[in-house]
Amino acid sequence: MAPNESYPEDLRYHPEHDWARIEGDEAVLGITWYAQDSLGELVLFDGPEAGATLRKDEPYAEVESVKAVSDVIAPLSGEVLAVNQKAVDEPETVNEDPYGEGWLVRIRVADAGEAEALMDAGAYRAHLAEL
Amino acid sequence: MSTAGYLSLTDADREAMLEAIGVSSIDELFEQIPGGVRLARPLDVPEALPEAVLVRHLEELAGRNADTSRELSFLGMGIYDHYVPAIVDTFLSRGELLTAYTPYQPEMSQGVLQAIFEYQTAICELTGMDVSNASGYDGTTVAADACFIARHHTGRSKVVLAETLNPMVRQVVKTYAPGFGMEVTEVPHDGGTTDPARFAEEARDAALAIFQQPNAFGCLEPAPALAAAAGEGGALPVAHVDLASLGLLEAPGAYGCAMAIGEGQSIGNYQSYGGPHYGFLAAGNEFIRRMPGRIVGETTDLEGRRGYVLTLQTREQHIRREKATSNITTNQTLLALAGLITLCWLGPDGLRELGETCTALAAYTEERVALPLAFDRPTFREVAFRTPIPARDVVARAREHGVHPGYALGRDYPGLDDVLLVALTEKRTPADVDRLADVLAEVCG
Amino acid sequence: MELIYEKSKPGRRAGRVPSYGLPVPEVPDDLRRATPPRLPEVPENEIVRHFTELADRNFGIDTGFYPLGSCTMKHNPRVNERVVALPGFRDLHPLQEDDGAQGALALMWELERILAEVAGLPAVTLQPAAGSQGELTGLMLMRAAFADRGEPGRNVIITADTAHGTNPASVTMAGFELEKVATTDRGNLDLDDLRAKVDDRTAGLMLTNPSTLGLFDEGIEQVAEIFHSRGALLYYDGANLNAIVGRSRPGDMGFDIVHYNLHKTFSQPHGGGGPGGGPVAVRAEIEPFLPAPTLVRDGDTFRLEHDRPKSIGRVRGFAGPFGVFVRSYAFMRAYGPALKEMSEAAVLNANYLLARLRDVYDLPYDRLCMHEFVLSARTLKREHGVTALDVAKRLMDHGIHPPTIYFPLVVAEALMIEPTETETKERLDEFVDAMRSIAREAVDDPDVLKSAPLTRPVRRLDEVKAAKQPVVRHAFEAEAEAEAEAARIEAG
Repeated sequence: MAPNESYPEDLRYHPEHDWARIEGDEAVLGITWYAQDSLGELVLFDGPEAGATLRKDEPYAEVESVKAVSDVIAPLSGEVLAVNQKAVDEPETVNEDPYGEGWLVRIRVADAGEAEALMDAGAYRAHLAEL
Repeated sequence: MSTAGYLSLTDADREAMLEAIGVSSIDELFEQIPGGVRLARPLDVPEALPEAVLVRHLEELAGRNADTSRELSFLGMGIYDHYVPAIVDTFLSRGELLTAYTPYQPEMSQGVLQAIFEYQTAICELTGMDVSNASGYDGTTVAADACFIARHHTGRSKVVLAETLNPMVRQVVKTYAPGFGMEVTEVPHDGGTTDPARFAEEARDAALAIFQQPNAFGCLEPAPALAAAAGEGGALPVAHVDLASLGLLEAPGAYGCAMAIGEGQSIGNYQSYGGPHYGFLAAGNEFIRRMPGRIVGETTDLEGRRGYVLTLQTREQHIRREKATSNITTNQTLLALAGLITLCWLGPDGLRELGETCTALAAYTEERVALPLAFDRPTFREVAFRTPIPARDVVARAREHGVHPGYALGRDYPGLDDVLLVALTEKRTPADVDRLADVLAEVCG
Repeated sequence: MELIYEKSKPGRRAGRVPSYGLPVPEVPDDLRRATPPRLPEVPENEIVRHFTELADRNFGIDTGFYPLGSCTMKHNPRVNERVVALPGFRDLHPLQEDDGAQGALALMWELERILAEVAGLPAVTLQPAAGSQGELTGLMLMRAAFADRGEPGRNVIITADTAHGTNPASVTMAGFELEKVATTDRGNLDLDDLRAKVDDRTAGLMLTNPSTLGLFDEGIEQVAEIFHSRGALLYYDGANLNAIVGRSRPGDMGFDIVHYNLHKTFSQPHGGGGPGGGPVAVRAEIEPFLPAPTLVRDGDTFRLEHDRPKSIGRVRGFAGPFGVFVRSYAFMRAYGPALKEMSEAAVLNANYLLARLRDVYDLPYDRLCMHEFVLSARTLKREHGVTALDVAKRLMDHGIHPPTIYFPLVVAEALMIEPTETETKERLDEFVDAMRSIAREAVDDPDVLKSAPLTRPVRRLDEVKAAKQPVVRHAFEAEAEAEAEAARIEAG
């Protein structure tokens, strides 16, 4: 593993390299260290509006580096409560701190049961090893 | 195998290379092509010509054309015989510029990249816009590009075109529109120009509304009123303009257009039977991420020196693929470079004077030609006359006298079979106009 | 170096425009330009020096070896520049009546005939401005053909996962839906995947053959059968036609519509980004739908036919990029039937480079190649942290233009190399030496690679900065402010 690479144990992971931190009936979403490293330094986070509806496994935003553009896939369904303005204004924050300051959106979770289909950190690391 | 054409491998080279590859013949390299689809006979194409004979052959073909050195020509309608400065030829034959590919590797391509940046700057200055791409194919396809931008920006599907927009531009928009899920409506002219009230009515629920200034009849449209009319109902006002006019006429950005597009040929390109030329597309900042094609941006290198790169490439097909803002890859950089060099050569005073000379010659032509004007409107570089016999016949008869008197508008506008459109550039002299007047008097008399 | 705008000084000028002493009419107030454009005011000798310096800071085929994969950077013969400047071509107005353009139309007719023979398809339009517009034209032709056949529901186009980005982008612009087919380990289309995907909603396939991996699809006959048996069409992206001229023809492979890139296969100089030319050839059944006007021969005379009721319409102004036609025609006539040898040399050169580099770079598809091949720097990256980008940048210090990198997307750390037919063996050997020396450097001194290039007018440029705060035109305002500030300081 690269020096800064990490996959916190308290998060749930989607195979498309997205994470969810579940906090009661809300969740914070972002992209993983692997995703930001593959893309390179981000220059744009084009996110949804507050109030938008996310559907699990479907794209809800785009992130761009200089040479690549990627859909951001929703690990959970729900309604967007807040969008991280810092990620919009300074998208490199997502590279610097993908699980902290570089979160993307906060949602109200529509179906708590969906989280069970997500991976824990160990399973996600194993998933990465197969790529 | 041989050193035919421009090939260089000798028999000894070929043997050494085949050996290095580990095959015994050229045929073996082509064995991956299934037997059923190999061509088993020589190509049936004309024989090879050594250079001297080739030149003679092409001179013979060129000699069968009535170019503007053989006929005194007043043809315009979108392509104009303006003067191309000698320095254009000088730099378009510099191999470092002529034989380079798209500047994917900026360290190898600072010359082209900086030139495109300077071109973008010139286009923004002339049109009063914030951002220009590195060029489109021509003045027709940039109109289709504008439709694609407006489709996504407004979510609407209607395209409104003034009938006085160049007919080929309208035809190309109609070809592209169905693929974009758009439909096209045209607004007829009223005495040679477009009525703003009628334009506003059609544009009410449109994505964009395009007019041309000066228009296809050479008349000056009430451009600020048309832009305002289009904008009233939320359509994007788009002006199709001619760079050669923009030293004299107002910039579309100054009267509220969302985009300015056009054919660049009149600045720096030969007529060349229709191409290659360059189209330009410029827009306000809010459209920067929807712009089609290459855009060059300024940045710095590792040592802090200023340099230029292709930027915002995530808009483009090689990265965004089916979601790209356009499929365009190859553009018209070399022709746009010719445009930039010409604009530098003219400078702001020269560009204004160019416009002044064209309008002065147009006025002189109105005075000298003894035919009624088709439209009672101010003009820029082209004058439309009513002819007593079909304009096509006037053209045919005048050409027998060595003068091509202009474009018979009936070729595109069925109701205007008796209208002849005469184009004047700074290469035509008052004496040329006198000759035109005499020939028209004779063939119409 | 300075921008031309930074060399401007009010009152200077180069060109002079004749006025003929005529009175200038007034432009109506509301239409007249209020503020003059800030075009540069520079004398001609300084303009000449400026663009000479720009040329010096650029690299073309004339400068050196340019193995940019998929772009076919072959020699651009100078006689083509001479003939395109003949007044009969250069100064011919495109709306000149047909009887005054017989030489131009005859040239276009001959060019169409040669293109038709090369593709093995009978009907050609020269109108499209470039390959990507040829693609779009081809897709519009498919739509028109199916509408005419009463099958408007065919709305899906299949492309390979190795396709150029233009293919999917064209699919969207033509209003079709996109489906992708996978590639096998040998670089061929996956026939089982295709059989599962082609049905009565399929309009057709878009394919480059040889593919962007430089490999000829060995199953092309079966591919054609799968599409044709289900009533769908095949479109040939001619980007890689340089591999097969005179050896195999897209029409014989089963393709119904083909575009050519005149700026690749037939040597139109690319001019730092364009122009190009993208003629399209089709089967007889599709001919009625070609863009208007088409070129018609009546005995010894030629004319443009505008009355084409089934045509998709016009895709570009006039009859196409005529100057490109003159150059490409001259190129073809310099070879004659030896165009076949052109492709043979292109394929021989590519295989020679492949043979001499395969032991130092990864070779993801181990086959003989066609006119180009794809290596990978993934081992260099894994073991030494040296990427394809680093290899590319270091090649610049050897006076060689880098190959295409990071494409096709199915190969990690891809280096896509296309030498073309016109290079001498000595040039190829120089390239081999450079690539091998870079591979050694990756082991011995990787930091040099990561800081390359060292010999170009600029070092690596900050593309992130350019994308984050786009500066896409000269900031006159900032310049004026800086000057005012300097004046204030000077005034004390």
